[in-house]
Amino acid sequence: MIAFHSPQTLEDASALLAAEPSARPLSGGTDLLVQMRSGRVEPAAIVDLKQIPSMRGIRAHDGGFAIGAATPCTALLDDAALCAAWPGVVEAANLIGSVQVRNRATMAGNLCNASPAADSVPALIAADARALVVGPAGEREVPIADIPAAPGKTNLAQGEFVAEIRLPAKSASGGDAYLRSIPRTEMDIAVVGAGVSLVLDSSGTCTAARVALGAVAPTALLVEEAGAALVGTGLDDAALDRMADAVRAACNPINDKRGTVEYRTAMAAILAKRATRIAQSRAGANS
Amino acid sequence: MTEHNPLSQFRVVGTRPVRPDGIDKVTGKAIYGPDHVAPGMIHGAILRSPHPHARIRSIDTSKALALPGVKAAVTGQDLPHLPGKSVSLGEGEADLANLSCNCLARDKALYEGHAVAAVAATSASIAREALKLITVDYEVLPHVIDLEDAARDDAPILHPDLRTQGAEEPSDKPTNIAFTFALKQGDAAKALDGAAAVASGRFAMPPVHQGYIEPHACVASWNADGQGQVWCSSQGPFMVRAVTAGVLDIPVSDVRVTPLEIGGGFGGKTTIYLEPVAMLLSRKAGRPVRLAMSREDVFRASGPAPGLVVDIRIGADAEGNLVGIEADMLYDAGAFPGGGTMLGPLVLSNMYRYPAVDIRTRDAVSNKPSVAAYRAPAAPQITFAIESCIDDIAAQLGMDPIAFRLKNALRPGDTSAMGMECGEIGFVECLDSANAQDHLKAPLGDNEGRGIAAGYWINIGGASSASVSLAEDGSVAVVTGNPDIGGSRASMAIMASERLGVPYEKVRPIIGDTATIGYSVVTGGSRTTFAVGRAVVQACDTIIADMKKRAANVWQVAEDDVEWRNGAVHCTAKGNDNAPMTITEMAENANTTGGPIAAEVSINPHDSLPAYGVHICDVAVDPETGHVSIKRYTVVQDVGRAIHPDYVEGQMQGGAVQGIGWALNEAYIYNSKGCLDNPGFLDYRMPVASDLPMIDTVIVEKPNPAHPYGVKGVGEVPIVPPLAAIGNAVKAATGKRIRELPMSPDRVFAAINGGK
Repeated sequence: MIAFHSPQTLEDASALLAAEPSARPLSGGTDLLVQMRSGRVEPAAIVDLKQIPSMRGIRAHDGGFAIGAATPCTALLDDAALCAAWPGVVEAANLIGSVQVRNRATMAGNLCNASPAADSVPALIAADARALVVGPAGEREVPIADIPAAPGKTNLAQGEFVAEIRLPAKSASGGDAYLRSIPRTEMDIAVVGAGVSLVLDSSGTCTAARVALGAVAPTALLVEEAGAALVGTGLDDAALDRMADAVRAACNPINDKRGTVEYRTAMAAILAKRATRIAQSRAGANS
Repeated sequence: MTEHNPLSQFRVVGTRPVRPDGIDKVTGKAIYGPDHVAPGMIHGAILRSPHPHARIRSIDTSKALALPGVKAAVTGQDLPHLPGKSVSLGEGEADLANLSCNCLARDKALYEGHAVAAVAATSASIAREALKLITVDYEVLPHVIDLEDAARDDAPILHPDLRTQGAEEPSDKPTNIAFTFALKQGDAAKALDGAAAVASGRFAMPPVHQGYIEPHACVASWNADGQGQVWCSSQGPFMVRAVTAGVLDIPVSDVRVTPLEIGGGFGGKTTIYLEPVAMLLSRKAGRPVRLAMSREDVFRASGPAPGLVVDIRIGADAEGNLVGIEADMLYDAGAFPGGGTMLGPLVLSNMYRYPAVDIRTRDAVSNKPSVAAYRAPAAPQITFAIESCIDDIAAQLGMDPIAFRLKNALRPGDTSAMGMECGEIGFVECLDSANAQDHLKAPLGDNEGRGIAAGYWINIGGASSASVSLAEDGSVAVVTGNPDIGGSRASMAIMASERLGVPYEKVRPIIGDTATIGYSVVTGGSRTTFAVGRAVVQACDTIIADMKKRAANVWQVAEDDVEWRNGAVHCTAKGNDNAPMTITEMAENANTTGGPIAAEVSINPHDSLPAYGVHICDVAVDPETGHVSIKRYTVVQDVGRAIHPDYVEGQMQGGAVQGIGWALNEAYIYNSKGCLDNPGFLDYRMPVASDLPMIDTVIVEKPNPAHPYGVKGVGEVPIVPPLAAIGNAVKAATGKRIRELPMSPDRVFAAINGGK
């Protein structure tokens, strides 16, 4: 028998998760239920987080946004301010699965499922987003890249869960983008994903850049050298080539059914370049 | 929705009425394989081998049987041993020993997912728990997955008793090569060495799955009196009856099979996996038992289409006449013999005129699931190689690819290299029609390319039964024994309506069980509208003759003075003013003119005609990523006559889409342990809607004289050309000839960047 809990507060949820080692939090369930059905996980308790009011919806926070962890991906599309500020993040979250899946699936779930190929994660890392983690010891704010530990594993302690995804205030002349490579056009998992967020000054010179990659290492990567290669440049082809070199150097993928080392490495560089151009045009359009 | 073409010689044939089974299907009322419930039914589950190749030393089910709720457990030892026995399925023979071993392994597990034991319990979850309590003592053996490795002399041997059938020099050495066949006419090597243009190469493609949405499932009930019943979806209840009775070694009359609605088959449901096991469980448990596969089971343990490796060489003289072909084909049979070996040469020889032929075909067993039919079995694979080469030769000669094909295409009156005489085939008409399509003139953008390719499929006839009976009000019941996998209910109703002169809506097409209608072979081979349709029309003709006889009696005139026209009998005797009697009046008065009006007809026609198709495909190739996207696609096909054009077009589109998936992304991927790495629709990548443009269709009608309305059969040939049509389009876009499938982004990327 599986115990099913619907706590009304963050504290209750944390206590329930802490009480049972195999307990799993549930929001959209698009990963958890599939894993349970296939026998990959057999939790003794499920803690449904959707009934906690703060877990749902998008709020202004510190000039940016706080997105409740149980907010489904398609709900992000309805928030005009969020879409205008962080289009790359919203797009990434809305590449996951199908429309039906995204009506349930959440970014926080995508993050805590800890797949290296999670679409929303590189976009969130590029955007310098943070996760509000709630647990028996209280709250802490953690950079997105520090949540996944390895494929299928997080750095969250027993009883901890992600309550919010926090996106910073967007620079007036900033832009972001996320692209992924899949063999089909949808209903697929990233062979490689690349998220880019950058800020331009009035002359078009890049003053800040973050480049993040998915599916090329055990966890999504922030490639600081790649961002550094763009900063101080006008995003000319040579700068993008240097950025692409840094991306390739950071790739440490595996050969598997979804792609080879060579293909993943080559695509990471190509997608990072293409995403940079989209982010650039968005930043330019904003400035 | 019914439209009528005033120029048509037919009233209903060629129109598009709503399908009789449509409402049930869109409202969820239709009962598919996993839906059927029998009173008192319990739930079965199957334990499957985690090893691709292992000897089964022993199986202990005692702990499973001790679990409360578990009612029965069976292993391969519960099935009769049937070495050398086979059963005729009309389309071919089925080896019962192999079928039995595929349902439940006997001595060895031959692939990952091979069924080794089964239980039945009062709930599905208890049955699953019980599987964990079964102990199997395996001796793991070396395995072989790769087709060419399997054919090597030093390969791990799957079946110690297997010897190559058809070998010129029989050997007593164990082998994995199950079958070989060679055909030589003229001196192909010499002809090719002297040819003006030659294309050659090694083409290779892995197994692919049919990908039907509905998993295999059945309910079986085997009573203490020996009478058994099976409810299942399949492509033929008589096939299920024959093999279930055969594997259990019981009289055919002890098994009654009721067909349920089928959620896709594409050839994959012309065999069985579960039914004898469910019967055994039912007998032991004394209750009806349901067995249903999961999606993973379907991928791991039901038949994919065989992979193929072929070395091929084709050449032409400077005028564009083909001079010869050499081909050495190796088809993948999976765990048991039967890789469709003879079908490769059949397809190869039935497209073009070759003065010289030197071909060999073999099939090899390997530690993968036993292959099954998939829409024009064996044809897409070899046609990929042929039509790629044909395109390359045309390019070398500077000839238009359609003109080159027209110059060499088989025509009525020709005899193919396999000795088949070409009747009223429509290959030339398809090529002419393709040549006239606007699609060919549409401009192409950067990194885009256009490819064309042709395809052939034999189409079959075969044993078919149909009954037609009039109800008291003149409505009509048409019963056949063939599951409707492509709109055949609508086609049967249209043909009966046309023949009898009654409205389409008054005809009820029913699919009977094995006790309600005469024997019929499977819905397969693109045969149903041709052969079963002919039986329906003959049954209509039989009751028309009966009604004419009755009218002659009523009118007291000679039978020759009664004519059937527009759904009524008319008296043509001179000086006679008898008013015509409609079919409704005849039905109303049946009991005063001789009793019920009904007829059943069983036939076995073998004068079916092959289908040909020509596909035109535009692709765009992303030169940086290797992604191929289909921009435009046209299917041209000779169908003989389209009875219900919607379902003819649906077959043409569906076949093309399955071929597109095969070409671009579908493949069985095995890991180093010999286990299937992608047993689900996430990583076994069939196309999704957004991957495809609208598939345009052009129906060519060159009627088949052997069918009352000219039907040739449409369901299979549309999957044949897409692999080469896309390969040719990719070559046009990139300059690279890709000879391995699938043409996935990484493979195209490697080709563009100078890889192989």
